[in-house]
Amino acid sequence: MLKISLENLDKLFDAVAEKQTLYIPADREDGASEYKKYESGMKLSKNLNTLRSAKDFFFPQTENLADFKMEGKKIEVIDIREESEDFVVFGVRACDARSFTILDKVFLSEPVDSYYKNRRDHGTIVTMACTKPAETCFCGTFGIDPTAPEGDAACWSDGENLFIQANNEKGQAFIDSVASLLEDGDTSKLDEVKAKAKEILGKLPLANLSTESFGGDTLMEHFKSEKWAELSESCLGCGTCTFVCPTCQCYDIKDFNTGHEIKRFRCWDSCMYSDFTKMAHGNIRNSQLERFRQRFMHKLVYFPSNNNGEFGCVGCGRCLSKCPVSMNIVKVMKALEVK
Amino acid sequence: MQEAIISKAKQLLADGTVNRVIGWKKGEFAYDITPAIFESAEEIDADFVYDDFTSANVSKYLVKESKKEGKILAFLKPCDTYSLNQLIKEHRVNRENIYVVGISGDGKLDAEKIKAKGITGITGVKKDGDTLKINTVYGEETMPVAEAMSNKCLSCKSKKHVIYDELIGEDGEVIESDRFDMVEKLENMTSQERYDFWRNELSKCIRCNACRNVCPACTCENCVFDNPDSAVQNKAAADSFEENMFHIIRAFHVAGRCTDCGECSRVCPQNIPLHLLNRKFIKDINSLYGEYQAGADTISKAPLNDYTQDDCEASIVHERGVE
Amino acid sequence: MNTNDTLIPHIGVVTDIRIDTPDVKTFRVNAIQADGTVGGKVFEHMPGQCAMLSIPGVGEGMFSITSSPTNKEFMEFSIKKCGCLTTWLHAMEVGQQITIRGPYGNNFPVETELKGKDLLFIAGGIGLAPLRSVINYVRDNRANYGDVQIVYGSRSKDDLVDYQEILDEWMKDDGITVNLTIDREQEGWDGHVGFVPNYVKELNPSLSKTVLICGPPIMIKFTLAGLKELGFTETQVYTTMELRMKCAVGKCGRCNIGDKYVCKDGPVFRFDQLDELPDEY
Repeated sequence: MLKISLENLDKLFDAVAEKQTLYIPADREDGASEYKKYESGMKLSKNLNTLRSAKDFFFPQTENLADFKMEGKKIEVIDIREESEDFVVFGVRACDARSFTILDKVFLSEPVDSYYKNRRDHGTIVTMACTKPAETCFCGTFGIDPTAPEGDAACWSDGENLFIQANNEKGQAFIDSVASLLEDGDTSKLDEVKAKAKEILGKLPLANLSTESFGGDTLMEHFKSEKWAELSESCLGCGTCTFVCPTCQCYDIKDFNTGHEIKRFRCWDSCMYSDFTKMAHGNIRNSQLERFRQRFMHKLVYFPSNNNGEFGCVGCGRCLSKCPVSMNIVKVMKALEVK
Repeated sequence: MQEAIISKAKQLLADGTVNRVIGWKKGEFAYDITPAIFESAEEIDADFVYDDFTSANVSKYLVKESKKEGKILAFLKPCDTYSLNQLIKEHRVNRENIYVVGISGDGKLDAEKIKAKGITGITGVKKDGDTLKINTVYGEETMPVAEAMSNKCLSCKSKKHVIYDELIGEDGEVIESDRFDMVEKLENMTSQERYDFWRNELSKCIRCNACRNVCPACTCENCVFDNPDSAVQNKAAADSFEENMFHIIRAFHVAGRCTDCGECSRVCPQNIPLHLLNRKFIKDINSLYGEYQAGADTISKAPLNDYTQDDCEASIVHERGVE
Repeated sequence: MNTNDTLIPHIGVVTDIRIDTPDVKTFRVNAIQADGTVGGKVFEHMPGQCAMLSIPGVGEGMFSITSSPTNKEFMEFSIKKCGCLTTWLHAMEVGQQITIRGPYGNNFPVETELKGKDLLFIAGGIGLAPLRSVINYVRDNRANYGDVQIVYGSRSKDDLVDYQEILDEWMKDDGITVNLTIDREQEGWDGHVGFVPNYVKELNPSLSKTVLICGPPIMIKFTLAGLKELGFTETQVYTTMELRMKCAVGKCGRCNIGDKYVCKDGPVFRFDQLDELPDEY
């Protein structure tokens, strides 16, 4: 397999960044990591994952959809869309890589969302295999192998070298663009690292979490469950779980008057919010119980029902560490599990 | 402590003093504890937990719970009692329906601080004197307890319960804390430095509203930021100005009512030190209107709601703005 | 970028405004042609489908297209004043431009399941708006359908939407029976008085009919119960739903009932389909 010594990683980054914008997970001053635009000298974070997911690259928290100029009774629609530039996101974990396939099912299904597709077409995802999963990890539950991540190209580290392999043409193009820095390498030590990671995966506290009780055909059974009252009683109705989630994709469309024109923008929204379904004449999900149920039903039942059984969760564990009251999808799954 | 709390809860349920208990439920790991309501001794035996990771202030839940049928038992740490007192002062809770048992809340731990040390795969955490022993799937790790202490406990303002029907253990005292140190540091910055500090912090905001929703001082039935007809309802910042203003407006709204419980910063998924905004207000109120601690009692007049002839002049804002 | 995106709307021009009731107006909308002239439709649709109308800076909302697709000259929207956007729309004058995108959602199965059937339309208040598209489609393709009966009720005579069209056109058509009712006695009204669900029971319609129903949720609920008492099955009753929408294409995530999106899988549902879904509407 092709490799580069970890000592030379910055050379690889420099070479990539010379041609296109490169984003890597980097540490902030508070120890958390986030994707940052690479600048020479920036170091790849050693954290397992970024605080926010990588969905921002394709589905940013806020984006302008169109502008309008209003004059008297006339309205002018201004298409502000521009062709995105090519960019590379390096160091995406297997869970986040899978989230793109889930988001694709929403945004690339007819009618295609051109804003999303534009970025998707121009973005190259280079993934990084996990060697030290956390207790909050449960990607295996959704059939994800963190030692063999998806993405356009995938990387592995054995502690000394970074190995890289293309998963598709886009990934191959990425590798070709830095071929002069790569050389053939022996993977025997890497195989040991992978085997060790696999052993750890089996020991994780959530290793046996199963999706067996869920899916489209369990809709009414779970919807009617009496457990929702107890599960949702502590929920604050904030949007933390939604916003750190790599697969949550609900959005709102709003207008903002700059004084010169109207900017129509799209922003993340949360089904946990009280005004999410509020209409002039009422609200169909008036209680937090209903809103809480909606979020988990969507991930565990509605989404698979509409997408050949694929669940709307990748087991990244962000909601487990970030929910202010530590109520999360794992607790919901365990409570609703049919034993 | 947990044993005493559990037996007290069961006793008060059994003798009919209360029909529900609000406490905490254990989670999947050592630290993911969730506020929960218990209705029977069986439920308590199965899941009730009170340990070093039990940080959540349950007083805000009492706004809703105290309006239900029957009395609810609430276990409150010293800092939580200030929140409840403030809610009583603002007529947000029905005091008659709450039975308060004061419990000690010494030094809660913050799992994020353990993880920040690179410790992962956590399966258990135990205190051994000043050392924290952490079991992980990668083997045992240790770190000093002090370094895992939650920020809100590091600057604890009081170990005294300001409201209770009963106490478990001895009551403590209001203590001298260094909680205004960071505020002072910010005050001593140039306005540009201070601006840069807050821009850096507030630009991390993802508008999840966790700070607002957890805040015991934020109990409006329909927040202006959630009201589609308010013209300021925004789920995302249309520009960076709004992003800053959301938190500043919120700090103004809770000024004089914030007890400094620290929940806002504890729950912020982006680790923004939001409590510093509130502390600046508290510090200013103390110096401009005389020492005042929101929630310390239920009858005193709040300085921002009460006119006295000693009040500072409005020009104070202008004078302070001059560097 | 030269691809179209459904979220970028077209411009429509309001060319006529009809005051239907104290709180309902019907707006005629035309397209702006390539040469700048105003005329024709912005897009084609099927009966029951909807469009997103917006005034930038005010808001965007989903409205059913009231006119029939057989009308080749313009589209119409009957809109009740009830919120921020609709208040703005009601204040418009002729010549005002609005943005419009669509058509969205499914339609009443006029070319399949409804073909050759005797049809019973039941509407309450503004609920006539989506059914009017079907009624006029059926009238314009009369040979394809059997008997048509329309039961329509409102709070008062003044609240009957499209009253003039009902009197001048529908009631004069052969093979169409129109039964009007209002909630309370009113001077100048010698027609039926009473609520729609009860009136339907009194009329005791033939069980051979396929039913299309739209109105306030409470009316739909009691009418459906009444129909069931009469012996109708859920498989012969259709309705159209309305929930809060933002994208109108099944992506923004809020208008779902269980795993179905009202904007994409609806708004038209047959009652047996709703039976398999949570009661969250």
